[in-house]
Amino acid sequence: MAISTKNSQYDIQADGLKKSFGNFEVLRGVDLHIKRGEFFTLFGPNGAGKTTLIKLLATLTDPTSGNLHVSGFDVKKEVNNIRSTIGVISHDPYLYDNLSALENITFFGTLYGLDDIDNRARCVIKQVGLERRMNDIVRTFSRGMKQRLSVARAIVHDPKILLLDEPYTGLDQNGSQIFGEMLSDLKSNKRTILMTTHNIDEGLDLSDRIGILSKGKIVLDCPKSEIQRSSFKDLYISKVED
Amino acid sequence: MNKVWAIIKKDIITELRTKELFSSMLVFALLVIVIFNFAFGFSAELLDLAAPAMLWISFTFAGVLGLSRSFALEKEGDAIIGMLLTPTDRSLIYAGKMISNTIFVFLVGLLMVPMFILFFNYNFLSTLVPLIPVIFLGSIGFVSVGTLFSAMALNTKLREVMLPILLFPIIIPVIVSAVKLSEQVLDGNSLLAASFSLKLLVSFDIIFLTACAVIFEYVIDES
Amino acid sequence: MMRRILFVLAFIGIIASVYAAFIYAPTEPQMGHIQRIFYFHMGTVWVATVAFIIVFIASIIYLWKGTRKWDILAYCSAEIGVLFLTLTIITGSVWAKPIWGTWWTWDPQLTTTFILWILYIVYLVLRSSAGNDTKKAKYAAVFAIIAFIDLPLVYLSVRVMRGISPVVFGPGGGGIAPEMMNALLINMAACTLLFIVLLLERIDLERMKDAVAKLKLSQN
Repeated sequence: MAISTKNSQYDIQADGLKKSFGNFEVLRGVDLHIKRGEFFTLFGPNGAGKTTLIKLLATLTDPTSGNLHVSGFDVKKEVNNIRSTIGVISHDPYLYDNLSALENITFFGTLYGLDDIDNRARCVIKQVGLERRMNDIVRTFSRGMKQRLSVARAIVHDPKILLLDEPYTGLDQNGSQIFGEMLSDLKSNKRTILMTTHNIDEGLDLSDRIGILSKGKIVLDCPKSEIQRSSFKDLYISKVED
Repeated sequence: MNKVWAIIKKDIITELRTKELFSSMLVFALLVIVIFNFAFGFSAELLDLAAPAMLWISFTFAGVLGLSRSFALEKEGDAIIGMLLTPTDRSLIYAGKMISNTIFVFLVGLLMVPMFILFFNYNFLSTLVPLIPVIFLGSIGFVSVGTLFSAMALNTKLREVMLPILLFPIIIPVIVSAVKLSEQVLDGNSLLAASFSLKLLVSFDIIFLTACAVIFEYVIDES
Repeated sequence: MMRRILFVLAFIGIIASVYAAFIYAPTEPQMGHIQRIFYFHMGTVWVATVAFIIVFIASIIYLWKGTRKWDILAYCSAEIGVLFLTLTIITGSVWAKPIWGTWWTWDPQLTTTFILWILYIVYLVLRSSAGNDTKKAKYAAVFAIIAFIDLPLVYLSVRVMRGISPVVFGPGGGGIAPEMMNALLINMAACTLLFIVLLLERIDLERMKDAVAKLKLSQN
């Protein structure tokens, strides 16, 4: 595993991050600093730029301007180093429907360049509680099971950082509960986690710090201890509507 | 290398399980041949002249079908994003997809030719054997650009329409030289009788394999 | 100011080229007056060539750097290139009808020109469907690069088929009258000036479109 060149306490460091598509500026100067081991939840309505921000952090697209370092690596120069230190879970599973659970995880494990892939794949599948369906085709899985397997895909290379893009979307109550439990497990493993969501009922309990993204800018960034659960909804609405 | 092999293996497993790509390509190619026969009124003289062209037209039409399906499978559940998230060089992804597409297209060609020979009463062995390298080189040329363009067409709304429009004008050299070579083979000559076409086909393959592997990165990453 | 001078120069150039082609140059002994259309034919095909080379280079730089101005340059240059190539094909056909007795033949040069024309029409379809979408603009650039690399191969492949070669100047391929050469050069220079003026105007237009789009967005 690559070792970070910068010895910074921040795993995610964005300064003046901008991203435009043609003439439309989706991110208009985002400053975001997330410490190692922190669970950060970013709230924001649809179209605020949450998914674009995640894509930038995941090196799926390049920023138009601004600086971005993920686990100390520069997003413009050291993409493959970043890719080996992050795991991404989205509302889409990013899995092959026609492969079995084990084949999927083994495939992605190979692309991450892991050793002893078969064991590692079995281990993470067990970790997400799918060992009994290991050899079944993903097409036959329910939404909740696909999401669990998606977690296995995201942690197969034991990443230090997890990026979660609206992971609760489409999960039923049972599925959400299981997923929530998995999240708190992941958190206890000292991982840095950034989650985005538009639903203010999700993730508030787990997070150490929260932020609000609105119209391409961070309009709130504070420790969760400063936030009262009861008044957060009003705060969110007032911040988003500005 | 492990990574390229993993991508190829994944595509082969998928295909063995669904058999979608292969069967639809083959049936389509045969249909085109049948339709040509109707269009030419089953006239033996006309068909004789048109045979090499017919072989390659049905082959490319079927190939386009296969290419668009191949990337549509990557789009299901956005699995391709999972692949892009890994520290894998984009040219390796291109190599993997390109090789597995070539395997499928080549196999379809390989199955098509014997039927073609039977339909048109050519000598079986003396035509089949020299046609194999032509089909192989033609498949590589077709798929090298085709893999790049199908990745592009995937992200435009017009995907099914767009791929043939982009691809056909570019692969004219492949079609022309492959038709010329097949003509020689079907006339009972050796491949070297059309050595210029052979050289042209090989140069096309080499040039576009290199160019597309370099350019692929700009196509597959979101901008 | 610069723009105005160019505009005036192009205007004078066009007048001069008309004069050179119709009055100054001597009548070609075998083909007669119809040969005079060749001065415009060569002028337009020259500009189309330059335009497509610009598209190729600008597309490479656009893919590499991702700055919009290179995308604009490639797009505008391709549009004008297609326009001039269309003129080339039309003037060629007008010339071919009395000389070859047909508007069109599948001779290697003509076939290559026709494929070239189709390739850049496809480019324009792809590029104009992109609008402000940077991803699609990149696709168009990719297509432009691939198409340009493909051209020599297309030419070689159509040469595999037999064709008749056109004899453009003079009887029996002998030397051409110096006045004819001068008329040709004047035409090429005038067409180049016209191309530059059109390109600059077209680029301005594209920039204005950008500005309007930006204003519209900021209104919302």
